Amino acid sequence: MLEILQRIWESSGFYQAGGSWQGLVMIVIACVLLYLGIVKKFEPLLLVGIAFGTLLTNLPGADIYHMEMWDAFLDPNNAAYHSYGTILANGGFLDILYIGVKAGIYPSLIFLGVGAMTDFGPLLSNPKSLFLGAAAQLGVYMAFILAIVLGFSGNEAAAIGIIGGADGPTAIWLTNQLAPHLLGAIAIAAYSYMALIPLIQPPIMRALTTKKEREIKMEQLRTVTKREKIIFPIVVTIFTVLLLPSVAPLLGMLMLGNLFKECGVVDRLSDTAQNALMNIITIFLGISVGATTVGERFLTPETLYIVGLGLLAFCFSTAGGVLLGKLMCVITKGKINPLIGSAGVSAVPMAARVSQVEGQKANPSNFLLMHAMGPNVAGVIGSAVAAGFLLAIFG
Amino acid sequence: MMNLLLSAEAAIEEVDLSIGQGLSYSLLGIAVVFAMLLALMVVIKIMGALLGDKPKKADAAAKVDTAPAQGGIPAGKVPAPGSLGDIAIHDVPEKTAAMIMAIVADEMNTPLNELRFKSIKRVD
Repeated sequence: MLEILQRIWESSGFYQAGGSWQGLVMIVIACVLLYLGIVKKFEPLLLVGIAFGTLLTNLPGADIYHMEMWDAFLDPNNAAYHSYGTILANGGFLDILYIGVKAGIYPSLIFLGVGAMTDFGPLLSNPKSLFLGAAAQLGVYMAFILAIVLGFSGNEAAAIGIIGGADGPTAIWLTNQLAPHLLGAIAIAAYSYMALIPLIQPPIMRALTTKKEREIKMEQLRTVTKREKIIFPIVVTIFTVLLLPSVAPLLGMLMLGNLFKECGVVDRLSDTAQNALMNIITIFLGISVGATTVGERFLTPETLYIVGLGLLAFCFSTAGGVLLGKLMCVITKGKINPLIGSAGVSAVPMAARVSQVEGQKANPSNFLLMHAMGPNVAGVIGSAVAAGFLLAIFG
Repeated sequence: MMNLLLSAEAAIEEVDLSIGQGLSYSLLGIAVVFAMLLALMVVIKIMGALLGDKPKKADAAAKVDTAPAQGGIPAGKVPAPGSLGDIAIHDVPEKTAAMIMAIVADEMNTPLNELRFKSIKRVD
């Protein structure tokens, strides 16, 4: 009897908990992330899932995610190299869910839903806003250089840099391809900073613009026809994928989702992509990314560097967009409010809302939201192109 | 999808870069992003020219009526922020008019730039 009780005790997580202090620290971090998601509402849709994945994977004895199995999956000298069969046969619950991340399925399906929810009208009515979406990728490359300076490899630096794109699915997609061992840290940094955009961006926007510039009221947008909206995703897909084939999974899905929305003949599919599918994939993505934050791998100086570089990336991206906005303001003789430039960092629609709020603070009759949506959706395309470029170089 | 699976199958090779190489990749990267989005802008402009609504001749009647309205708020046609066309605002502050338009767009579940508001008039 005593022997059975001892065996039960030894198999329990309480007994095994003494083996790893990192696991205990990660449980505390998971609880902090849950607090931020639930109480402070920091990107709760993903952060709650990620935090719970972190909690599950670090509970001793739970045995639902096996880092060593994924190490073997990536080791060319191991019999299990690139064997999804081994994972399916021997993996735990989260190992099996993680296959969707590993194969790049979840981020692309999230983009399908994002496309189905996005109105590209403001971009079509003001195509110049594409430049702002491009300028706001500055942070990607600044963080990339800084990561190289800090001693990260090219692949790792590229994955860290893409945090500056302020696009969670793109960051997860690229990191998984180039530096999967950094996935947990990069995903958490990317989503945390996206949630903090209303705090990060305004001081930079105000520092780089004058009150007179912030007060500028922009002219109304031109009418965009239904035909334009339907043809846009088809043309963009053909054009961008022919130019940069590596963006096909992300931009292809984004544009398919948008075509569902705009064509008007597949409302059921559009509804599924926007709601049911998006929600299901968000659950899978969050929990399986959280599962990668195993204490022994996560609690390293590298993670701190990533968190710091991610913040710098966001700041540089915001500055890039605002500075180009200022240049465009000068060129157009004051027709463009530079505040809309910061919305080029993707993070739809939060970054556009920040432009609106800051514009109204300077001039209460200013309504920049629709104008900022142009650079905002251009930022989604811009960050996908930046990711495609980095994958083409380092993939 | 094939691309995805193939890229997942490819072994990840660590690439060590010097700072100089990092800088050159960064410059190339930002240039590629700008070039792609510039090309996309040209495509959108062409699409707009071919498929967009042709601008109509300005209607003389749409000229701004400069007669002052009650309460010091001018009655006349002003651009409707974020929506289609001009709007005549009578005795309503511009901020209130914009709020009304935003509420209507939200209630109708239609983007503001797809709605055309003709006038907003205060009814006492």
